[in-house]
Amino acid sequence: MILNDLIQIKEKELAARKKIVLRCCLAAGCVSSNSKGVKEQLDKAVAEAGLQNEVEVRGVGCMKLCCEGPLVAVDPKNELYVKVTTENASSIIAALQGGKAKVEQADPDSAFFTKQLSIVLANSGVVDPERIESYIAADGYLALHEVLNEMTPKEAVETMVKSGLRGRGGAGFPTGLKWGTVAKSAGAKKYVICNADEGDPGAFMDRSVLESDPHSVLEGMAIAAYAVGADQGFLYVRAEYPLAIARLQLAIKQAKQISLLGAGIFESPFNFNVEIRIGAGAFVCGEETALMMSVEGKRGTPRPRPPFPAESGLFGSPTLLNNVETFANVAAIYRKGAEWFAGIGTEKSKGTKVFALAGKIKNTGLIEVPMGTPLRTIVEEMGGGAPDGGKIKAVQTGGPSGGCIPSQHLDTPVDYESLGKLGSIMGSGGMIVMDETTKMVDVARFFMEFCMDESCGKCIPCRAGTVQMHNILDKILKRQATARDLAKLEELCDMVRNTSLCGLGQTAPNPTLSTLRFFRNEYEELLQPDTFGAGATQTQTATK
Amino acid sequence: MAAKTLTIDGKQITAEEGETILQAATEAGIKIPTLCHLEGVYDIGACRLCLVEVKGTPKLLPACTLKVAEGMEVATDTERLRKYRRMTLELLFAERNHVCAVCVANGHCELQTLAYSQGMDHVRYEYTFPKWNVDNTHRLFGMDHNRCILCTRCVRVCWHIEGAGTKNVSGRGGKSKIITDLNQPWGASESCTECGKCVMACPTGALFQKGSTVGESERDRDKLEYIVNAREKKQWNA
Repeated sequence: MILNDLIQIKEKELAARKKIVLRCCLAAGCVSSNSKGVKEQLDKAVAEAGLQNEVEVRGVGCMKLCCEGPLVAVDPKNELYVKVTTENASSIIAALQGGKAKVEQADPDSAFFTKQLSIVLANSGVVDPERIESYIAADGYLALHEVLNEMTPKEAVETMVKSGLRGRGGAGFPTGLKWGTVAKSAGAKKYVICNADEGDPGAFMDRSVLESDPHSVLEGMAIAAYAVGADQGFLYVRAEYPLAIARLQLAIKQAKQISLLGAGIFESPFNFNVEIRIGAGAFVCGEETALMMSVEGKRGTPRPRPPFPAESGLFGSPTLLNNVETFANVAAIYRKGAEWFAGIGTEKSKGTKVFALAGKIKNTGLIEVPMGTPLRTIVEEMGGGAPDGGKIKAVQTGGPSGGCIPSQHLDTPVDYESLGKLGSIMGSGGMIVMDETTKMVDVARFFMEFCMDESCGKCIPCRAGTVQMHNILDKILKRQATARDLAKLEELCDMVRNTSLCGLGQTAPNPTLSTLRFFRNEYEELLQPDTFGAGATQTQTATK
Repeated sequence: MAAKTLTIDGKQITAEEGETILQAATEAGIKIPTLCHLEGVYDIGACRLCLVEVKGTPKLLPACTLKVAEGMEVATDTERLRKYRRMTLELLFAERNHVCAVCVANGHCELQTLAYSQGMDHVRYEYTFPKWNVDNTHRLFGMDHNRCILCTRCVRVCWHIEGAGTKNVSGRGGKSKIITDLNQPWGASESCTECGKCVMACPTGALFQKGSTVGESERDRDKLEYIVNAREKKQWNA
């Protein structure tokens, strides 16, 4: 494989394009409402109408407006059909020859779509995730070629530093700095790991990226491997994502077949192999040290850092760990330049962020917006506000590690620092909208229960502390708690946050702390008078 | 090995490169409370009792895994750390069924000793009273899960000193449990070498030698009668 071969594949693919393309979503959300059946019907209807030479029905990844699936888009007519069924699918084909399809349509020019800026999701819903040619036609693997041929590993790291990309897993560590540290770490063997153990309740960004555009992640990993000097990669995917795993396996196979993975990529001395490791269902394996233990075949429990994975990671070797969305940004950065990327977003948070918009909101689905976009734009304009005229009360970001941002702070721009200041975090991109019917103590208890169940059990504060915190929250909800219990809860929040071994425990109190900060009255309304305390006050008064 | 100079609790000390803060402090006569740490096996930083404050780092770090560095300023006994240590112990006592009065380890228990030394005089959290069983199937040893604090010392000695790999952890969170082999009764274990290292390593009364429990300490009064009887009948004379 040399550059010419790549260009030939692209040209052949483009030449074979037909006049009309029907893009049918085959990502997990739409598949669950039978988009596969819809695609079969479309194929059948095209054949029956004798339009095979003019119409292509392409299975694609996520087209973002998940709540309205199955989705079918028609190019170049710029139509988006929603809630397509096997019964009404053929009317879309009939409408190609004139007339109107008997299928509901969404407005592709509504704010939900126009306010988006796609970098990570640029190919999502456009390319066929099961055909590498489709990805190559969208300039896939060009960035890898350029990096291998025109950059030294050091220059590749510098480009990443210049781009200002920060880790999309949640903490926002500068990606270039991480790459540089791994590159400088001494070691004959180095590894690159992609963290695809997305586990926050309500988050499905990484799943969509893997199902819609697996090659962009592979290309990003290969570029990263070249930059840091690694030749082996692992994709750690949770077992709950079977479709993502199947598409990744296929993508790896296809890339190997034409030597875009494996030995001597683009006839350079660079070798890179990728293997998939499937998680067994533990949330804590999304924590980097626990993830590496799991890849090594051991019980997935975290270990204290330092040493950081960049020095001593998988099998004791320097290891680069980034999340799916981070890797999905990489190829675009090298193809379009670090300056281009650094020009998007805010001063400290560059580029875009993908969010999985869910909860009490009209338009649920995937959105990708430039960093710095106000929450209000996302929730009210793009999301369309609460359904049935409800009022939005809070927005939860960062899942069980994040917090609830109350409606009075909706003008907060989405970036790492602003969300941090409000006691929440950017997180991996789950965004759950809550309306006035949501009880905040309930929310806190839900997330605490999640952390309690998902604590690995290694360190005491997280293992036993989450149990006690959950019990107190439960007691408050049952109206059995007193102010004394609330004080105990707050004390435990502080202790568990400061003494837990890994991020799971350190952030487990966040949903409780943030709801206490903004909705303390909801807690206090549920408290019972403290009989012991009341008695003590009386005695004091009496002695006066 | 290069020497490193650092300050622990205001005391200037030197330590060898590669040493942990816990080792350096112990050599300097500064005692840091530990529970999952055991001389001879590798450290895991799990119990969080040895957490120390390091100047310039916002996070508390475990002394057992933290390596010494030049110019480091460490505090091991601040008000905040003492409070966290007491809370950690309280959480442990509330987690399972720790009843010192009827425990084999009473008076020799590291959890009990730590509670005394750290001033944990009562538990403010509600006891959870979980139901755990006792594995008495082994010929020589027993395991009482009610008293287990999941420090995994037994697992580490079993794998890394004895090399048998019998003990392990199953489940997660508060439902974590020390198991033998693939969660079989200890007595049915084929890998256990009966070396007893796990019992030696256990900081509480969770692992014990059979015959040492309160329940097993029965008086054999028939023996007195037997001796007197035998003496009277001169049964021992040749």
